[in-house]
Amino acid sequence: MSDLQITGGRLIDPANGVDEVTDLFLSGGAVAGVGKKPKNFSAAQCIDAAGMLVLPGVIDLCARLQPGEAHASGAGATIAGETRAAAAGGITRLLCPPDTAPVADTPAVARMIQDRAAAGGGARVHPLGALTVGLRGERLADMALLMDAGCAGVGNAQTAVGNTLVMRRAMQYAATYNLPVFVRACDPWLQGNGVAHEGEISTRFGLPAIPEAAETAGVARDLALIETSGARAHFDLISTARAVEMIAEARERGLAVSAGVAVHQLHFNEGDIGAFDPRYKVFPPLRTENDRRALLRGLEENAIGAICSDHQPHDADAKLAPFVEAAPGISGLDTLLSMTLELAERGELRLATAVAALTSGPAAVIGMDAGHLARGAPADVCVFDPAREWTLDENAMQSSGKNSPWLGRKLRGRAAATIIGGEIAHLDGAPVTER
Amino acid sequence: MNRDIQFDDAGKLRHFLTVDGMSRETLTGILDTAESFVTVGEREIKKVPLLRGKTVVNLFFEPSTRTRTTFEIAGKRLSADVINLNAARMSVTKGESILDTVRTLEAMHTDLFVVRDSASGAAHLIAKHLPPHVRVINAGDGRHAHPTQAMLDMFTIRRVKGKIEGLKVAIIGDLLHSRVARSQIHALKTLGAAEIRAVGPRTLIPTEIETLGVAATSDMEKGLRGVDVVMMLRLQRERMDGQLVPSEREYFNRYGLTEEKLRHAAPDATVMHPGPINRGLEISSGVADGPRSVILEQVTNGIAVRMSIMATIMGGSEERI
Repeated sequence: MSDLQITGGRLIDPANGVDEVTDLFLSGGAVAGVGKKPKNFSAAQCIDAAGMLVLPGVIDLCARLQPGEAHASGAGATIAGETRAAAAGGITRLLCPPDTAPVADTPAVARMIQDRAAAGGGARVHPLGALTVGLRGERLADMALLMDAGCAGVGNAQTAVGNTLVMRRAMQYAATYNLPVFVRACDPWLQGNGVAHEGEISTRFGLPAIPEAAETAGVARDLALIETSGARAHFDLISTARAVEMIAEARERGLAVSAGVAVHQLHFNEGDIGAFDPRYKVFPPLRTENDRRALLRGLEENAIGAICSDHQPHDADAKLAPFVEAAPGISGLDTLLSMTLELAERGELRLATAVAALTSGPAAVIGMDAGHLARGAPADVCVFDPAREWTLDENAMQSSGKNSPWLGRKLRGRAAATIIGGEIAHLDGAPVTER
Repeated sequence: MNRDIQFDDAGKLRHFLTVDGMSRETLTGILDTAESFVTVGEREIKKVPLLRGKTVVNLFFEPSTRTRTTFEIAGKRLSADVINLNAARMSVTKGESILDTVRTLEAMHTDLFVVRDSASGAAHLIAKHLPPHVRVINAGDGRHAHPTQAMLDMFTIRRVKGKIEGLKVAIIGDLLHSRVARSQIHALKTLGAAEIRAVGPRTLIPTEIETLGVAATSDMEKGLRGVDVVMMLRLQRERMDGQLVPSEREYFNRYGLTEEKLRHAAPDATVMHPGPINRGLEISSGVADGPRSVILEQVTNGIAVRMSIMATIMGGSEERI
């Protein structure tokens, strides 16, 4: 592995308190030094990052790599293709939830996902193993074997475990192996067949509603279980102010809980659905403006540690249906980094908070030495050009799923180079000199 | 909020999908035009040539007798060729798409679709994906809207009361699942009703109904006190599973409209119901068939109002009658 030098960029490494214009030296797949050139370092390649941000590679804790089963036409997203799309978006590592087809509840499926991802040559992929067999919420999956097969944690994807006793035992069992449990806090009966937040929009447009209480009840139940099981738990997609409050309080009490939020929850509220725009159909649903602001505050106050894409690439027909029946989800690999940093640009989030929520925050959730750029850390880096203006059109989008509410929008800032394990995995605009 | 697809670039009405967002002038214009169509039904030859040569498809993905029939009669009285399709629809996940069906029919040069579907937003979806010269009327989409029903209700109120402005109206029953109620609320607001009350148990009233400009109460007596118009809603028997209301008996006891309860309304209060009626569940036979009831007039008026809406969006004007 040859040495790579990134010079003159503004290095932002929140985990190590760094925000300065400096040089970064990568060698042997790891960070070899910051600022001062290490001994015996001889760069084969040099990236000129003047005017750009040099960030730890983005870690996305929730990205599906295949289209929903119901709409798979065979022409859509593939694991390999989506990992390359992730790299193009500055993402160097991602976690894939276990609701794959077939479900990641056996070591064989977990390995297959990693093999296919490795063939893609893009972002590193860690599967999440299923918490219960078939995600049915009845029997515990082989969690230890899933961990041995490379799973970074376990979870039940979008299907909440309805039986509280099963959930308790699943947490206790995961705690045995110190496996992080990814929790989608939602009371399944309160969610029912709902498709939109219970509020003004669901009332006006007659959409089956999901009350805030679905999430409140889910978080409350699972916090009670976390407290007594000793599990490390991550509420991976929260959407309400109440959830932020409850999780902040639990963290203050010292519980090993963390929380994440999808970037679209930080940009949109229920009103964006308008007259049935299916691009805004997501689970959990877009909530109120008050919730959106509380999520942003939760990030600043460290109740929420991670922003993810909740990437769900769909074929075009998946959204060509009445809102109630349209497939939920947004294709988000292309926009996770740009749209998160846009929040900083707009002053809704501090830049350090935004970068941390994409890097060191998610690394902490899975307990991995990654997401920062101190000496010895993995050489996963994103060089981001904040001045680059581009339009998110179907050609510019690297994911096979074009289901983005930002489609057609002008964006500012884009990954100019993505380095994974010391190698340039994606290059788009950063000048490189070979030596 | 998205641009309202009901209007073309020149601001002319081209689809009739929801009353929400329409101006008072537009609604009044439709009601005025409907007046001129009432007499057509009373003539010996009940036809005008406004839509001659046009093809109207009644595309009903959900069963209906009354609405579909009145649309059929309305279309025929305007001299259109009317085709009725009662299509069963599988959910999209099983591989059949509502848009496939519509596009197939559009390829046969349909000029106007009258659509009913169990999914909120279905009519919007169809309107969005058809070429601009094809028109869509929403004959009921899920819980969202039933705008032609609301317009015939407004027409009926106007004929009985002379005006809508200043009236106090109670809407009673299952507002949560009701597309009729949502459309009635928007129409009543736009046409200047003084007060709209939503009456029912809390399980049947949407949590944020006030955002529509409605006052909610669970007290039938309070809800009825002094109102000029009582609009009953149909309570679907399949919802009587003990989770939204305990039993038919208890529901009728509290919210069934009887002559006794009706005494709390204004002495000349009008009673309406979109039909079909569940006698003994939401309304007593005495009230439904009594002197205050205009339930059958609503049905008759439905034809003139639907003619008016069809003619308006197809570009016909009343001078050509």
